[in-house]
Amino acid sequence: MTGVRRRRLLPYLLILPGGLWLVVFFGVPAIQLGATSLYDPAGSLADGYAMTWSFGNYPDALAGYWPHLGRSFGYAALATALALLLGYPLAYVLALRAGRWQNLLLVCVVAPMFTSFLVRTLAWKAILSDGGALVGLLRDLHVLGPDGRLLASPVAVVTSLTYCYLPFMVLPIYASLQRLDRRLLAAAQDLYAGPSQVLRRVMLPLSMPGVVAGTLLTFIPASGDYISAELLGTPKEYMIGNVIDSAFLVRLDYPQGAALSVLLLGAILAMVVGYVRRAGAEEVG
Amino acid sequence: MRDRPHPLPRLPRRALLRGAAGSAALFALTAALSGCGTRGARQTGASCVSEDLSGTEKKLTFSNWPQYIDVDDKDGSKRPSLDAFQARTGIQVTYTEDINDNNEFFGKVRPQLSACQSIGRDIIVLSDWMAARVIGLGWVQRLDGARLPNVGRNLLPSLRDRPYDRENVLAIPWQSGLAGLAYNGNVTRPVQTVDELLTRPDLKGRVTALSEMRDTMGLLLQAGGHDPANFTADQFDEALSKLKRAVDGGQIRRFTGNDYAPELAKGDIAACVAWSGDVIQLAAEDERIRFVAPESGAMLYSDNMLVPNRATHRANAEALVDYYYEPAIAAQLAAYVNYICPVQGAQAEMEKIAPELATNPLIFPDQALLARSTAFMPLDEASERAYESKFQQVIGG
Repeated sequence: MTGVRRRRLLPYLLILPGGLWLVVFFGVPAIQLGATSLYDPAGSLADGYAMTWSFGNYPDALAGYWPHLGRSFGYAALATALALLLGYPLAYVLALRAGRWQNLLLVCVVAPMFTSFLVRTLAWKAILSDGGALVGLLRDLHVLGPDGRLLASPVAVVTSLTYCYLPFMVLPIYASLQRLDRRLLAAAQDLYAGPSQVLRRVMLPLSMPGVVAGTLLTFIPASGDYISAELLGTPKEYMIGNVIDSAFLVRLDYPQGAALSVLLLGAILAMVVGYVRRAGAEEVG
Repeated sequence: MRDRPHPLPRLPRRALLRGAAGSAALFALTAALSGCGTRGARQTGASCVSEDLSGTEKKLTFSNWPQYIDVDDKDGSKRPSLDAFQARTGIQVTYTEDINDNNEFFGKVRPQLSACQSIGRDIIVLSDWMAARVIGLGWVQRLDGARLPNVGRNLLPSLRDRPYDRENVLAIPWQSGLAGLAYNGNVTRPVQTVDELLTRPDLKGRVTALSEMRDTMGLLLQAGGHDPANFTADQFDEALSKLKRAVDGGQIRRFTGNDYAPELAKGDIAACVAWSGDVIQLAAEDERIRFVAPESGAMLYSDNMLVPNRATHRANAEALVDYYYEPAIAAQLAAYVNYICPVQGAQAEMEKIAPELATNPLIFPDQALLARSTAFMPLDEASERAYESKFQQVIGG
């Protein structure tokens, strides 16, 4: 009997450390954030905030900053799409074609993550600099006008977002493809499927779990990112993360900052649930 | 399905919905629990008492901004003026460069100081407006003026008697500086006025301004003929609309902290709103990079040493503060950091160690320059939030 009971308890015991961690470092702050978002907006740091259940903070925050919210999701979606376009072929080569170079290439994909996020973003500043080789080349090719620039534009921000989150796209897809049963690809060819048909009807569907995981891991942090816009963009490229940063640290408008954070959290959650339901249904199909 | 190599980490839909409902309920519950809101962060001498252990502990923890103290040319880990202080007084100083941004640092220490807890630092250095804020919140210990004879004698008159510290015992300037304009002469012709910066077509998209509202808006107010030390909301709005036109028209590329310096040096930005100390350091490498204090006026700011509540080495801190107001020590520091020296008498000492710096008006400003430099008026929390929100709307945060 005790053996059975112990076995029943075991999963809960295993979940305990992680669960505690989540409760203390995610649950409690999230709740505090939610509470803060409902404080009286007329309060102040010096005199304190009263809880007045001011749900009006939400429409106010949205009215002031909906363009930033929209822009965040736009940039994040674009970066996710680009990361998928770049990442899928890369993961394919890594998993199925790299042979003995596989480990080395994997290290190359992961190596940038050893340096700080900030350094990686600042590197783009040098690459895209007005006096840099890239801008010079593009000007010579008349892709950019003589005064054209890449830095301080949406191009720079989306490029940096794509680059910074690319490994999160590549690795799950790689894991999916690597464990793919290659005999299925051979079988498809035996049944006269051309390369594009093999890709479309065999490989892609079987690697969907990786694609779904990769897009989520890219889209979610990218929508909350503010370093890229801060360092490579202008006020016109600022994302919701920049606004939240300024609400908490510069303007000291805690209720509004909290309301925007909860809105961001809610919007992402809604999008992810919708996405997983659709992708999940197709995948199981 | 059994051999499916990599099943989709299935998010069981029902569990997901249940989780969502659960977190909504939890959210409501704790929102109710914390229903009383937050207490005020303001402290008073009675509500937050600090003790001084200097008598028994010869120690001091000093937090400052990066590259803001003299460092030995040969050995980067030696700080001559600070080492001499330790040798003279026997006080062991733990010096850390962990303040990078006023707002960020405020966010870091706010929870402790609101609750009258120690932040583990005896001296912190904050810009004047932030110093005014933390003094207003009652988070700072009063120093004993009698133990600061050099400060009393040598503090520059224009930095005395400030509205938030009439007796010069709460915030003592470490260094001071000007916010004005800067341009890179390699990529543009001189920029002399704020209007040129904001409207000259050849600068379009190659201009930055500071994200510190007081510096950028102060310069704009002066350019519009107003006094940043005493202006009305209408005058602020008028200046802000000028800034907004420059942002909307793409003249201003972005708003920056210290990070404009490398871009100005490279020429990615041709001209900008800048701090004098940064520009002097750039000019040392490339003399075609120039700082301009516009005729309409420049903004004078200072970074100040404060002793926060619950710091336990106040007397040691007073010793250090007063030490840096000895003219010879001040000259040694100014020769290295190149900001405006707040210590009278340091200019004469500078002649002995670095005569070429003794005549630099951006380290020892003349009366004319000081006369057209002013500080931003002190703002209470409500008007600060109102102005800062308007400003942030324009700069995009």
